[in-house]
Amino acid sequence: MRIVLILIVMFFFTLLQPIVVVATHEGSHSNKSGESKVERDLPKYFVPPPPFSEGIFPCSDCHADMEVNPTRRKLEMFHTNIELKNHAEDQRWCLDCHNPDNRDVLRLASGKLISFEESYYLCGQCHGTIFRDWKAGVHGKRTGEWNGKKVYRLCVHCHNPHQPRFKPLVPKPPPVKPIDIR
Amino acid sequence: MNEKKDKLTKERRVSRRSMLKGMAAGAAAIAIPNTSDASIWDAFFQKHFREMNSSEVSAVIERLEREYSEKYKLPIEVKATKAIPGVKFGYGLDLSRCIGCRRCVYACVGENNQSRNPQIHWITVLTFKEGEKWVDLEEANKYYNPSKVPEPGHFYMPVQCQQCENPPCVKVCPTKATWKEDDGIVVIDYNWCIGCRYCMAACPYGARHFNWAEPGIPKEEINKSTHYLGNRPRYKGVVEKCTFCIQRTRHQPGRYTACVEICPVGARKFGNLLDPDSEIRYCIENKRVFRLKDDLNTNPKFFYFFAT
Repeated sequence: MRIVLILIVMFFFTLLQPIVVVATHEGSHSNKSGESKVERDLPKYFVPPPPFSEGIFPCSDCHADMEVNPTRRKLEMFHTNIELKNHAEDQRWCLDCHNPDNRDVLRLASGKLISFEESYYLCGQCHGTIFRDWKAGVHGKRTGEWNGKKVYRLCVHCHNPHQPRFKPLVPKPPPVKPIDIR
Repeated sequence: MNEKKDKLTKERRVSRRSMLKGMAAGAAAIAIPNTSDASIWDAFFQKHFREMNSSEVSAVIERLEREYSEKYKLPIEVKATKAIPGVKFGYGLDLSRCIGCRRCVYACVGENNQSRNPQIHWITVLTFKEGEKWVDLEEANKYYNPSKVPEPGHFYMPVQCQQCENPPCVKVCPTKATWKEDDGIVVIDYNWCIGCRYCMAACPYGARHFNWAEPGIPKEEINKSTHYLGNRPRYKGVVEKCTFCIQRTRHQPGRYTACVEICPVGARKFGNLLDPDSEIRYCIENKRVFRLKDDLNTNPKFFYFFAT
């Protein structure tokens, strides 16, 4: 008798299972929309693709078969042109931002993986006030339409992440002095 | 003889007014070249821009487009887009970011058909040494030319029309050729400007510029998309100034101004002061903002700020 009861209960459970799965799915959905509440002020903006050096992406082309070496060291074989400068180089190195297991994505301090197109989340971890201004469209360059589609720039479009200080530019010619007008 | 004359004047007394009118008409008839082209007369008797109805405006625009296409051999479009209701344009400039590269100056020249020779720049970039007495506009250097900017120990301050809410230039214009539009842009009707330059004397920001000669623009560099009150080609002897790129911004959706679009450091911000979500409102509400020569009560809509 007891066995029959157990069987019936199990049968009901198997019936319930798909419902439970759907529910958790919905749960994750609502979770996502909860997350995108934070992001909601971002995706409507349009960001040009990240300014990779030519032929460098995807990183997994080379890194997929390579052993991850987690020791901090000076790079001597590849990426020798990358120098950390003016960016707390004593406290930081490659794997703080680059994900060791899949080099095609970046890794936040929380362990969350993000694509290179969303690198502003990575920079925003430390530069929170700047990130806030950037989202409002006040830090950094914005183009497009003042009352329509606005094009943002990634942090890395203006700041080389390894040497973030803005590079000096050659100025355009000064105006003609009155004394030089004929 | 005398009696006869007296009689005549009594009979057909010519008033001073009609006499002068007749003389003026006669002089005009002699002065104006003998041509069948009515456009000279149309231009001469063109009504004030704000008193014209829409059909009169479109007739004027048609005439101007014809004149420009003859003069420059290019199809130049002249718009007369009206102000968008509920919009008051405001501008922000981040002094902590500007590096003085003058990209904005030349983007403005190209967009707004400024004369290359003689040279007219609507934007002037001033440089100041850090620690010196500053915002002394008259003593500031605008001719700096180092190999790279920013120079260490210097900062830069671009100055252009501040689009005052209480514009002194408008007050002094004897022909009402300049006025403030509903969206806050101070504009000039180049067909009504008589070139007296009172407005230039009245402007505390040096934002107005005079066409001392026929504007010289290379044909291939002319911006063919123009606005009647903005960047349409000017004449010799008229005053011109920044109009917040009226030909770009007065649209739904409207583009950012040329200077905002070119700025490599993103120091320039533009938006609707009446929209609480606009960038300019964010600047005013969250940053340390000041306005140039605020004490003159010109009430500019151009806000300088420090974002850091």
